[in-house]
Amino acid sequence: MLFGLGKIRGGVHPDGHKIDSARLVINSQLPLPDTLWLPLCQHSGEDARPLVQAGERVLKGQRIAAAAGRFSANIHAPTSGTITSIDTITMPHPSGLPANAIILQPDGKDEWITLQPPADPFSMPQEALATLVEQAGIVGMGGAIFPAAIKLRQGRRFEIKTLIVNGSECEPYLTTDDRLMRERAAEIVEGARLVRYIIEAYRTVIAIEDNKPQAIAALQEAAANVGAIEIVVVPARYPMGSAKQLIQAVTGLEVPAGKRSNDIGVLVHNVATVYAIQQALIHGKPLISRVTTVAGGCVGEPRNVEALLGTPIHYLFEQCGGLTTTPARLLMGGPMMGQVLPTTEVPLIKGSSGVLALTKAEVNEHMPSPCIRCGRCVDACPMGLLPLEMARNSKQDDFDSAQDAGLRDCILCGSCSYVCPSHIPLVQYFEYAKGELAESRASQQKLSYTQELMAARKERLEREAAAKEAAKQAKKAKAKAKKPRKAAAPTTVAADTADTAETASTTDHAGA
Amino acid sequence: MTADAQYIPTASPHAHDRSSIDRIMLRVCLALTPVSLWGFYCFGWPAVVMFVTTCLAAILTELACLYVQQQPLSRLWDGSALLTGWLLALTLPPWAPWWIAVGGAFFAITIGKQIYGGIGQNVFNPALLARIALLISFPVQLTTWVNVTPIDSANAPGLADAFAIIFAGQPWMSDAADGITGATWLGASKAAAAGGADLAAMLSQDFSLYDAFLGLTRGSLGETSTLLVLLGGIWLLITRTISWHIPVSLLGTLALLAWLGNLSNPQSYPGVLFHLTSGGVMIGAFFYATDYVTSPSTPVGKLIFGAGCGVVLFAIRSWGGFPEAVAFAILLMNALAPLIDRVTKPRAYGRRHSGDAIKHTPAQRRVV
Repeated sequence: MLFGLGKIRGGVHPDGHKIDSARLVINSQLPLPDTLWLPLCQHSGEDARPLVQAGERVLKGQRIAAAAGRFSANIHAPTSGTITSIDTITMPHPSGLPANAIILQPDGKDEWITLQPPADPFSMPQEALATLVEQAGIVGMGGAIFPAAIKLRQGRRFEIKTLIVNGSECEPYLTTDDRLMRERAAEIVEGARLVRYIIEAYRTVIAIEDNKPQAIAALQEAAANVGAIEIVVVPARYPMGSAKQLIQAVTGLEVPAGKRSNDIGVLVHNVATVYAIQQALIHGKPLISRVTTVAGGCVGEPRNVEALLGTPIHYLFEQCGGLTTTPARLLMGGPMMGQVLPTTEVPLIKGSSGVLALTKAEVNEHMPSPCIRCGRCVDACPMGLLPLEMARNSKQDDFDSAQDAGLRDCILCGSCSYVCPSHIPLVQYFEYAKGELAESRASQQKLSYTQELMAARKERLEREAAAKEAAKQAKKAKAKAKKPRKAAAPTTVAADTADTAETASTTDHAGA
Repeated sequence: MTADAQYIPTASPHAHDRSSIDRIMLRVCLALTPVSLWGFYCFGWPAVVMFVTTCLAAILTELACLYVQQQPLSRLWDGSALLTGWLLALTLPPWAPWWIAVGGAFFAITIGKQIYGGIGQNVFNPALLARIALLISFPVQLTTWVNVTPIDSANAPGLADAFAIIFAGQPWMSDAADGITGATWLGASKAAAAGGADLAAMLSQDFSLYDAFLGLTRGSLGETSTLLVLLGGIWLLITRTISWHIPVSLLGTLALLAWLGNLSNPQSYPGVLFHLTSGGVMIGAFFYATDYVTSPSTPVGKLIFGAGCGVVLFAIRSWGGFPEAVAFAILLMNALAPLIDRVTKPRAYGRRHSGDAIKHTPAQRRVV
């Protein structure tokens, strides 16, 4: 073994709070909710295109919206019922902005479409399996919501030495992956074999943090008879579940800045994604439900539930003992990187690894005080950056210096904010700076595009003028050769004026 | 529950390790408590009165500064002013008059800290800056070291006497022919070396390692007991309030240089243990040099900073004009801290030290 393997830089040990939700089995017997809200965008790309109309009856597993664009994904009906409408709903996003969704009223019959699972996926061409995964609408379920099929195809294009199945659920409170690994270990191992078969990886590793002994035992048992699937135990430390850190812990390699993991021959998939892939390729089931953790100090009986996509969050809380007190903060995802929710009137989506209702004491928010340069953020940063400098520069709108201090490599894991004794909202500064940078990049792009168009236009006008001139000269010469007839038409000056005007407007833009 | 009227979108994380500035400051104060109490015992009630006066003056000055700058007065509770006053008091002669204490505290808080914009903004350690300002302005008062007169001994002043000594300048036992003050060992050795005396012979006669280590010597409150300072420092290390880098590199560098000097010429260079146990080295290494605000924030930077302090300290002690140099050494390195931070940026994940992406052997593209 190489020196330093299994180690990552920095990181923090937040209070786990995992016991509460990890002790109960996944409840997959939730009664059907009255209504399901299915946002057309539950993935990283464009809205999916609806294939149904209001009033139409759909069956469980029927495709109701089709992927539109490269990073888009199909959406299927989670149960049988009637499409009430296609309307805007509040999205599970801090902005609380509306987004398009298909609204489905279950009919209680839970009637499946005819499933057509492949007879033997291991004898099928890999590309066909990737297509099946694509059709099943599977996205990265650890929260990345990147379509899984794209990653599989990337895996086919590159030589993948190590496939890592990410079972390092490092966010506090969340135990979905933990329970899934304990209860459905065989399925996960089969899913890992399928992914390995598709991308032809040399080594397949299921990486689990050492604070999940039951999950480790269950997977070791499930993988024992299969062979070629390694269970690797990594130290429990946030953010071990981040792809870059996990790759470092498992392989000792770092993903070079600006590159992707497949550039160094590694591909990472979350265990829940691998489980969904297994369900799709063995049972032919599209992605219509997911296991999610319902937890937090305000939840009566925290536990994991297997819920249909589109289930309203308030319904999940009701099914888990209700909210005992008014939550100080509602979250989708874990407390370290999760997003705050404006209301419980939002649906569960493909990337929801958990919904949390936290008390005031759990959030422990304070007014920020000045930075005392204690350097804890530097020690905690898993990327080796200088969060205090990045925050200071961002605060002063000096984004170039912030980039230099490490903003360009920041993964927004929140370790720095977590340990800051001054309670400085560092991640907020970084998100602000990243937003501003993205905006200035976009306007820069727009500017250079305008300049390109300008140059092209000028070149075209010059060419035309030259052609005209040449034609005139030719005509003159011809006329001279024959007989002098009429005076030549005057050349236009309008084009010149337009050019000047456009240059002026471009300068304006650059100044703004 | 529907949309909450009080809903404020907030960036992650939504959890915290419960650390806070006041906790850190109080922890440092707690670590200073044993050595301070020992100082009170050794130098009696006047030391207590001087200490309390300094701390109160620091707190009141901070309050006034916050008020004038219209900053939230609740910032007073972060404990930094108390700590500054405390740290200043520990550097002063135990029986320093009240105007030294108050003037020093005022200087530390205003010129040392608030003038830069308050907590976290200052370049120099406020307590040390004040000490040096006092030393240069009032060299006599700042180098008048009272003998150890335990608080329970017969000739120790009572509380009323203590107030008279500190606030009214009342002399104590002036009739005692040989006086009640004397030089510190560092001062004595410096004077001896200047006179061309054999330092080795002198120290072997006068210097008691036992007394220096336990704290039965003349000096400022914080300079006395190396043992108690060490205990407090180790506790700060255990609680991870400070990191090991600065104390270890400072003490290590000083020890190395002292060893080399002593090896080359024992007549002019005292040994390692003399250096480590005398003066403010130990408290400087654990409590003053580790000040977050004025020291580098990267691990390598801290090592360089500590080593730099050690070198300057040894140089001034050996060849400079002042007997003690901890404050000078730390202040000098304080000035360099921002520069050190700049050149010791840690290597980012996926990058080399230069900032370029690390090299990799690209995964071969498959021919599909």
